[in-house]
Amino acid sequence: MGAGHAHRLYRHGHSPVHGLPPHTKLAATFAFVVVVVSTPRAAMWAFGLYAVLLALVAYVARVPAGFLLKRLLIEVPFVAFAVLMPFVAEGERVEVLGMSLSVSGLWGAWNVLAKGTLGVAASVLLASTTELRELLLGLQRLKLPPLLVQIASFMIRYGDVITDEMRRMRIARESRGFEAKGVRQWGVLAKSAGALFIRSYERGERVHLAMISRGYAGSMPVIDEVTASRAQWSYALTLPFAALVVCLLGWSL
Amino acid sequence: MVVVTEPIPSLEVAGLAFAYPDGHQALFGVDFSIARGERVALLGPNGAGKTTLVLHLNGILTGGTGTVHVAGLPVGKQHMAEIRRRVGIVFQDPDDQLFMPTVREDVAFGPAAAGLKGPELEERVDRALDRVGMAEFKDRPPHHLSFGQRRRVAVATVLAMEPEILVLDEPSSNLDPASRRELADILRSLDVTVLMVTHDLPYALELCPRSLVLSEGVIAADGKTAELLSDDELMRAHRLELPFGFDPRSVMGVPPREPGEAASSVREGA
Amino acid sequence: MHVPDGFIDAPTSAVTGVVAAAAVAVSLRGARRELDERTAPLAGLVAAFIFAVQMLNFPVAAGTSGHLLGGALAAILVGPYTGALCISVVLLMQGILFADGGLTALGVNITNMAIVGVVVAYVVFRGLVKVLPKTRRSITAASFVASVVSVPAAALAFTLLFWIGGTTDVSIGKVATAMVGVHLLIGIGEAAITALTIGAVIAVRPDLVYGARDLRQPLKLRVGGELVDAPAPEAARPVAARTSRRTLWISGLVTSLVLAGFVSFYASASPDGLEKVAEDKGFAESAEEHANADSPLADYGVKNIDNIRLSGGLAGTIGVGATLVAGTGVFWAVRRRRTDEAADVSPTSTSV
Repeated sequence: MGAGHAHRLYRHGHSPVHGLPPHTKLAATFAFVVVVVSTPRAAMWAFGLYAVLLALVAYVARVPAGFLLKRLLIEVPFVAFAVLMPFVAEGERVEVLGMSLSVSGLWGAWNVLAKGTLGVAASVLLASTTELRELLLGLQRLKLPPLLVQIASFMIRYGDVITDEMRRMRIARESRGFEAKGVRQWGVLAKSAGALFIRSYERGERVHLAMISRGYAGSMPVIDEVTASRAQWSYALTLPFAALVVCLLGWSL
Repeated sequence: MVVVTEPIPSLEVAGLAFAYPDGHQALFGVDFSIARGERVALLGPNGAGKTTLVLHLNGILTGGTGTVHVAGLPVGKQHMAEIRRRVGIVFQDPDDQLFMPTVREDVAFGPAAAGLKGPELEERVDRALDRVGMAEFKDRPPHHLSFGQRRRVAVATVLAMEPEILVLDEPSSNLDPASRRELADILRSLDVTVLMVTHDLPYALELCPRSLVLSEGVIAADGKTAELLSDDELMRAHRLELPFGFDPRSVMGVPPREPGEAASSVREGA
Repeated sequence: MHVPDGFIDAPTSAVTGVVAAAAVAVSLRGARRELDERTAPLAGLVAAFIFAVQMLNFPVAAGTSGHLLGGALAAILVGPYTGALCISVVLLMQGILFADGGLTALGVNITNMAIVGVVVAYVVFRGLVKVLPKTRRSITAASFVASVVSVPAAALAFTLLFWIGGTTDVSIGKVATAMVGVHLLIGIGEAAITALTIGAVIAVRPDLVYGARDLRQPLKLRVGGELVDAPAPEAARPVAARTSRRTLWISGLVTSLVLAGFVSFYASASPDGLEKVAEDKGFAESAEEHANADSPLADYGVKNIDNIRLSGGLAGTIGVGATLVAGTGVFWAVRRRRTDEAADVSPTSTSV
């Protein structure tokens, strides 16, 4: 699947990371995040090492730092939450710059920030080196129930179409002088949502007709089989294993 | 197939009547037959039952009275898979038809559902895309193609199943003139039976020598497209209107019979 | 409301992962019954719809705005199973593609928003519809109440999980007040949009509103001018509905038992606030015995390892392993039952 285009999150490239079979990448990312989450928060250096590991992956995958950092912005709401923690948490308190902060709150904030950021960074790396289509094949290969994969596949195929319909409806609303300012506009928004639902549902029915017209009987025919060699697996799993070593060190030191 | 004296028609519809569960009756006894290799247009006003008829051809709608035979095979529960392979329907909105993440997978869907795999499947996909001139778009996601390209891929998805009959629902809708002509060239180059459901009367005239007029749930007329379109009374009775300034007689090279009337329309059109 | 990684500790995430997997398995089964082979395209399109609608921001008060969670909307429009499935798929894709909600917190997110949100909304909705007169207005009213209740319920479920496995000891009362307070506001916005949306759909295509099926008239078919009763597919439905309801109750019971069992172990195993501070500061040796004494993993030789952190880590790892095994087992069992059912001549006769 070389030809160029996929979701805006994907960064086209031919790095070794791009070339790995999708299910190995999914498994590696998931294992990595699990390891990160199970690391004790007191082992601050461990999180530094995780960040270095991810930076290495980003380097190998030729994902520029700016791209990665920009995508990390999704985390902002939780940063706000984390910043609040030292103020509201219970327990022993310390004075920092004249503010009384909870020690456990500080730890909690650090914990959420460190683990959350690493988790987001890992997912961003996965999404930017794997095409949507491949992600679905990977999920299928990892034995996610086929029906779930099909639903996800339809969601992705029609996500754009429906978002586009929503955008057109918004333009139509706005070109007639509508502006969502307050509670009084909820009715209009809801009517749009209702219309959007009817359109989505009816499209679902038409798609279903088109599918059974071509011989669909409840299960998708297998067109692509993705396989991974032992070498590819071990290459992909280097990341979580390295992380696991760090994690074990974190627990024992 | 057994050799018979009369060749088996591609499509044979007899006494087809159907009412929707909400009580609205759409078909009131439809009869017609299409020989192998023919290109036929199905014309009719909105609400005449055209879509309902199309959905009967591959057994998506059943339960009324009457029969449909595709190359001699009755449409019914026992042959459904074979019927759906033989009748290829191209729906009006290519976004409904192209539901897979890439063009290649979409074209492969039908043959793969019929059990084809490996290089044989790949070859089938390539051939179908080649016939509509979309081979170089194989790995693209369908929603990033232009509308005309999507319609051509939609035709390819059906051609890949090597159907006995190709049924097109409003093939020319939303196409710009160039895409319209390209599609016409493709359709002319195919050697399959074609049933084309359309409002686009000039397109029907251009592509289909024969036409059926479906009106109020029955076949109201069946004959040469040029003759039907020239029959003003018939056209008016079934709410069929030619585009402003279009005269089928002038297009087909038939000299206008009533000079005064035809001259005015030619003048407007030129 | 999308919980990131590290918010909830590993064992709790693992347990909720199992709960979510089981619930998704049950929904897959139920959705097949609601939609038969149309499940994939229709649920996929509804998921795309929910995904789009979540981008629809509605102004709440001066300058702030909230967005729909969509649980109640999905449950009422397409039924609880398909609804839960759609929200789960949306959360899964948001987690993988947009890093919105952590991968290890997927179980937490699905449990809160897809399961608790949808189930609470649907139960409240059905209860109200049964009580209220059978009119379109009461469907709209019921959907309003259902979604007002469902959003804070999801927030409350989060609070509960946070209490059990939260990584920071903020007082549970504070969390509950803040979460429920904020989400009550969002809930009112959600409810208004949901009710109005349902109202708009019911006005145009009442047949598409799953929750309004009771309002339908019996169907007739006209063949050759005669009115014939339509072949009633409804006949099989009450039986199916009854079994599916029983499935729902039993699976609900089982999951809550499992949840209660596991959770109480972990809850008692996790040190309380003061001890946690002590542990982090490195003088938790005295608490060691207590912290692990009644954990189910205490007998697995983990106890012999002196270092409390290491044994805790092992417990976490074992928990995650258990998740994988249990999840696979559930899917396997469900798939096997489905094939059995397919082989069976009368699928409605099978029950749990």
